[in-house]
Amino acid sequence: MKIVHSPVKQIIELENHIFLLKIHSPEIANSIKPGQFLNIKVSDNIYPLLRRPFSVCDVEGENIFLMFNIFGEGTKILAHKKIGDDVDILGPLGNGFNFEDDFDTAIIVAGGLGVAPFPFLNRYLKDKEIYSFIGGRSSKDVITYKIINPEISTDDGSLGFRGTVVELLAQNLHRINNRKVKIFACGPNAMLRALRELCLEKNLLCEASTECAMACGFGICQGCPIESSNNPDKYLLVCKDGPVFNISEVII
Amino acid sequence: MSSVDFKVEIGGLKLRSPILLASGTVGYGHEIAEFINMNSLGGIVTKSISLKPRKGNPPQRIVETPAGMLNAIGLANVGVEEFIKEKIPFLKKYDVPVICNIAASSVEEYVECTRLLDYEESIKAFEINVSCPNVKEGGLQFGNDLKSVGIVTNKVRAVTKKPLIIKLSPNVSNISDFAQIVKDEGGDAVSAINTLVGTAFNIFTRKPKIKNVNGGLSGPAIKPIALAKVFEIKRKVEIPIIGIGGIMDWKDVVEFMIAGASAIQLGTVNFINPIAADQIKKDLEEYCVSNKIQKISELTGSYILE
Ligand SMILES: Cc1cc2nc3c(=O)[nH]c(=O)nc-3n(C[C@H](O)[C@H](O)[C@H](O)COP(=O)(O)O)c2cc1C
Ligand code: FES
Repeated sequence: MKIVHSPVKQIIELENHIFLLKIHSPEIANSIKPGQFLNIKVSDNIYPLLRRPFSVCDVEGENIFLMFNIFGEGTKILAHKKIGDDVDILGPLGNGFNFEDDFDTAIIVAGGLGVAPFPFLNRYLKDKEIYSFIGGRSSKDVITYKIINPEISTDDGSLGFRGTVVELLAQNLHRINNRKVKIFACGPNAMLRALRELCLEKNLLCEASTECAMACGFGICQGCPIESSNNPDKYLLVCKDGPVFNISEVII
Repeated sequence: MSSVDFKVEIGGLKLRSPILLASGTVGYGHEIAEFINMNSLGGIVTKSISLKPRKGNPPQRIVETPAGMLNAIGLANVGVEEFIKEKIPFLKKYDVPVICNIAASSVEEYVECTRLLDYEESIKAFEINVSCPNVKEGGLQFGNDLKSVGIVTNKVRAVTKKPLIIKLSPNVSNISDFAQIVKDEGGDAVSAINTLVGTAFNIFTRKPKIKNVNGGLSGPAIKPIALAKVFEIKRKVEIPIIGIGGIMDWKDVVEFMIAGASAIQLGTVNFINPIAADQIKKDLEEYCVSNKIQKISELTGSYILE
């Protein structure tokens, strides 16, 4: 965990207001693990005041990639950075995905911008079979950048399966019978809640990256509580105990 | 070694620097210790400790506002027992004065907490957070009621000889009346200010952005208010003041000291710039050297009114 100022190398507009920011940051590139995040100060004044959490979308050599849309105040400023501008980064933060336990098939489940951490995770899943289930409200919300074998769902049916991504996953579970499966998920709370139910019912191993409003991002403000299934008397902190949790250990 | 004398004294509490870290903005020191030199801090004020552990409020607890943030953490803390067992041993590894901040929902709880913690040698002073609901008096905040602040000060005073600081609420019309009663009842100093009550709504869902509805406003947005409160106390009551509210850099520190603060606390800035305490100290030294200030304490209350 450190503060670094790293220059923007490239700003890539994917489609539908989704951007990738390529930043030259050897310190972060060499230490970050998939699922960990960065807390970024997008301006050098007090507007906006707080840092903004971003998961790292990918790492290539000494460069890191962030994925974002431009609907927030902070991300709008990021999208207007110029090549060579410094980005004030605090990180790496939190606990990432555990991809070292015993499984041979990885299932990626993501909704909307929840796809962000998976291009980086995929690099560590080279020896696994990967299935991906990607959802969005409508076709323009579906992002499949560097996603392997994506199956798509949309709430309005404008692309792929009509329904939620968890419903789509449930329909496809028979395909992975008799395999050692681990699910990696990231997306809106409603999606994670439905996924948690499915995983508990079918006894599936699943790690989910959760989201919460944050101030500090490293455990000093207590701003980011999440209910624990094991201890009802104490919240866990999304920034420090997470953001990735075994989905059975938290109540979303 | 710097040539500037940074020592300050606050109601019997002697500190090597006027830069303290504010309650609730650095937990119990673990994480911030990775960023700053704890051994050069003036002191660290712990997250408010209550007699029993508190779970705190459900999410959403925080939201950003223009030049500030609202928080409704709900005094989530580990409680006295775990604080003594787990947190104090960690803080003891450093040469840093610990000021223990206490929160409670009754006068008896304030007294009991202070009594239990008074034995801890590494605790150099107590800071009493009176911005807590008084459960026995129908939830009215202690800090908004002169009589309650007087009683808390008096009763806690009776169980400790350590410097006693009362942290005042800004949500009152005359903060100096509160400082006066702290002084009359035996308090050694006041901290000013705690957060201001505020709220924010989502215009699409029409719901409050914070689950608790109201939160405490902190950050640069509150600095002018905090300065006016410090200044009011300085002019009306003879009691040392620790200035708090929206301090982001060394210039803010100087401003608070000129207005009357003997020391200051850094709060929200720690979330944004965890190395602020060290940076500010270095910058303050430069300011003092170039303005020929030998002792930083000279700044306190040095305002000039024409
Ligand atoms: C997230 C958060 C938690 C806080 N928790 C406490 C607390 O437990 N006890 C207390 O006395 N003050 C608490 N405060 C108030 C701060 O100590 C400080 O008085 C206030 O934030 C104003 O200073 P600032 O603008 O520099 O943050 C908290 C403030 C914040 C932002
Ligand atoms: S964001 Fe501050 S504790 Fe998690």
